Amino acid sequence: MLFHKISVAEYTLLPTMPPQSHCQNKSATLTTRRHFLAQSTTAISCAFIADRSLAQSPASSTPGASAALKPNGGAIAWFNATLLPVDKPPIPDGVLIVAGGKIKAIGSKQSTPIPSDATVIDAKGKWIMPGLVCTHSHIGGMGAADSSSPIQPGVRILDSINVRESGFRRALAGGLTTINIMPGSGHLISGQTVYCKLRYFEQSPRIVDDILIRDKQGKPIGGLKMANGTNSHGDSPFPGTRGKSAYLVREQYIKAREYQAKVAAAKDDASKLPPRDLHLESLVEAMQGKRIVHHHTHRHDDIMTVIRLSQEFGFQTVLHHVSDGWKVAKEIAAAKLPCSIIVLDSPGGKLEAKDLVFRNGRVLDEAGVRVAFHTDDGITDSRLFMRSAALAVRAGMNRDKAIAGLTLAGAEMLGLDDRIGSLTVGKDADIAILSGDPLSSYTRVLETWVEGQLAFDLSKSQDNLFAEGGLKAGSDLDPFLCCYAQAWQGGAK
Amino acid sequence: MARGCEVRTTRLWIAVASLMLLLPSNSILADTALVVQAKKILTAAGKTIEDGTIVCVDGKIKAVGKTGEMNIPADSKILKCEIVMPGMVDVRTCVGLSGILNIKNDSDQLESSSPLQPELRAIDAYNPREELVEYIRSFGVTTVHTGHAPGELISGQTLIAKTIGNTVEESLLIDGRAIAATLGEGSTKAGKQSPGTRGKQMAMLRALFIEAQEYKSKLAKQTEAKPDKDTNKDTNKDKSSEPVPRNLKLEALVDVLAGKKALLITADRAQDIASAIRLVDEFKIKLWLDSAADAQLMIPEIKAAAITVLLHPSMARASGAKENLSFQTAAKLHAAGIPFAIQGGFEAYVPKVRVILFEAAVAAAHGLSFDAAIESITISPAKILGIQDRVGSIEIGKDADLALFDGDPFEYTTHCVGVVINGQLVSKGN
Repeated sequence: MLFHKISVAEYTLLPTMPPQSHCQNKSATLTTRRHFLAQSTTAISCAFIADRSLAQSPASSTPGASAALKPNGGAIAWFNATLLPVDKPPIPDGVLIVAGGKIKAIGSKQSTPIPSDATVIDAKGKWIMPGLVCTHSHIGGMGAADSSSPIQPGVRILDSINVRESGFRRALAGGLTTINIMPGSGHLISGQTVYCKLRYFEQSPRIVDDILIRDKQGKPIGGLKMANGTNSHGDSPFPGTRGKSAYLVREQYIKAREYQAKVAAAKDDASKLPPRDLHLESLVEAMQGKRIVHHHTHRHDDIMTVIRLSQEFGFQTVLHHVSDGWKVAKEIAAAKLPCSIIVLDSPGGKLEAKDLVFRNGRVLDEAGVRVAFHTDDGITDSRLFMRSAALAVRAGMNRDKAIAGLTLAGAEMLGLDDRIGSLTVGKDADIAILSGDPLSSYTRVLETWVEGQLAFDLSKSQDNLFAEGGLKAGSDLDPFLCCYAQAWQGGAK
Repeated sequence: MARGCEVRTTRLWIAVASLMLLLPSNSILADTALVVQAKKILTAAGKTIEDGTIVCVDGKIKAVGKTGEMNIPADSKILKCEIVMPGMVDVRTCVGLSGILNIKNDSDQLESSSPLQPELRAIDAYNPREELVEYIRSFGVTTVHTGHAPGELISGQTLIAKTIGNTVEESLLIDGRAIAATLGEGSTKAGKQSPGTRGKQMAMLRALFIEAQEYKSKLAKQTEAKPDKDTNKDTNKDKSSEPVPRNLKLEALVDVLAGKKALLITADRAQDIASAIRLVDEFKIKLWLDSAADAQLMIPEIKAAAITVLLHPSMARASGAKENLSFQTAAKLHAAGIPFAIQGGFEAYVPKVRVILFEAAVAAAHGLSFDAAIESITISPAKILGIQDRVGSIEIGKDADLALFDGDPFEYTTHCVGVVINGQLVSKGN
């Protein structure tokens, strides 16, 4: 049981009252503010709890805070928690209120009144932070571009995602709520990425549509994956050198510019429109800023090439991995490009990553670069995502910046910071509830909430399985080795 | 390549220069002591000493105790820190055979010309100057059991070395400690090559061990057949017998049959673990069960067979043969009383090497007690490897191999602030 049983009397803001007596089953872990409570609300609440008790065997799970959670149900208020809003300083004894899938209020105990119909949860000793945002993940598969060509911007990864992959549940166990699912780095342009919310509740998503993040017109939001350096090299038609790589990309963007000009010239006259080209359309979207380019790059000179190309064609770019970022931090800062970095336990594995260091995040941050972290799952395990920030802090990165690197900075890099990434009133109620400091190796994610609904509860046996691992918790696939699979057999290219 | 050489030389110069700055000028003299004082000494020998002092002389631990109760030799170099623990022992890695760049030139961990090559020695392949050796040393790993990687039915031998030394001979503790084998999909081959199935793997292994048994008895007969020195009479009735020709492959396996080398079998899936146990029953060999993701599902069988587990890194990928991997396996093995240690293992891509300190930290966050987690990377691997008289705990008479920290070693934000091997400060930490 995550939240100890509370009585109204324990809630110091309230006048001393006897504990509730008319809702005495074990689910009375949830207590509403009785003195404001309408009788009918109590009845509904108890009836619902009783319902769940019947539905679940006592051994399989403990009815937790989720018991109170009905779609469009009343507000939920956590108190006594250490809150990490991210966009503001930590609140040591804070109150967080969510309702209707959004954050309704956040603040100190003194300044944050709790509405009368709220379900109140004592989170004493717990830390609450925004759901983690991973800007670079491969959960659900990498089936975008195939091996026929190095440049395939029209291919969408959303057409390939296996929403039943266990990795999604494991990611929730790490406190993640939003992920950018990316194609691989074996191409110069490997396709369109897609931003997903981990809406894995008691009922799992059935199809990819259930996890998409959409814009106001209902269109799924995603970026464009690009890569340079050795991963995207290969036999013809793939490039064999860095010079050729950049040339092939420039050639395509120039074509896209021409295509864009033709479309613009046609105005509304359909007869004058060029034949529709999905690849070029995607590049036009990138140049128009409608699709953020997520660019895999490691070595310092490759980083500079990305900066050069993004300036030539004006696409909005996030640098990903950026192993050598610390060597060209000033240049990255001057170009105003954000970095989504990977933190690995050792350097190497390929020449481009031989100088990867824990201090990368610190050096970039101190140079004025916005820094986020990513899992690159399965390169690192989403369940241990917070570790990436902790290791950056080990190497001297500012603590608050590192925590922003798991949340708000990532949201910005996906262009979703108006909706997620911080505990801010009006944003989605995506939260992670932790047993302690997110940067401690001993801290565990206890619960993960997505849009106001409980999606992960460590105390439930099925969720616990995904958190700890064990029979049926993993993925019956070959280990994810990106474009380096032959290294498994001892001889890397 | 010239450029690469220059870089390496420069790094060596820096290393030499920093040692000169850090150590007293007479540190190489045999009678000069290195003293480490810490708020806590995690001895891995059953007790923790608060406010303790360790005196190291001639590369060995000369004295350990409460700081106030210790005589510190004059002219000692004194290092102070929050916590000191024994230098860590990686019970199974491929570092030094497997290199940072992951290219042909620095990848000697797996020879794929034949599925059965127990004759390949690690000593002929280990690179003590590999950057990744230096890297894991900077976190306090002072001893490695390294060698040929998983990936072939029998890939070759292993060795035990300290993570310091100019040559493999200088680093070496034990050559040829184990023979590395792999069961399951990790060593099956495609097409018409063998082994293509699990059944074939076992058939090939059994046939080879039976051949080794026969070779062993031939060798034994040859020894018996030697003329009696006193009477000069040849006691062998078969006058025509020729000396048994040397066979490096079978010699290596004879060592396994004789208990001189362990057979390290990488087996993750439950059925492969069961096969490994079957092999032990048949040939009465010393088995080290390597990686063993499904060990959590095979606790009674492993316990009954009295098998030792070299457990996969906690953060290994939960996919493929390791799909059932659990963060709690270390805790479960410990609770069952099964001897185990947490390994760095082999990585084909990134991270190219894993740091056992971090792997044990994850186990400690998932049910393994703090003390057991410390032991799982110090005294437990030392005992498994048979080097517990030299390393693995802070006790008088053992090698002065120490890892110094500025806080709880398992906290991500704690730093290793010094590493001592054979009484010498060899790294400023990480």
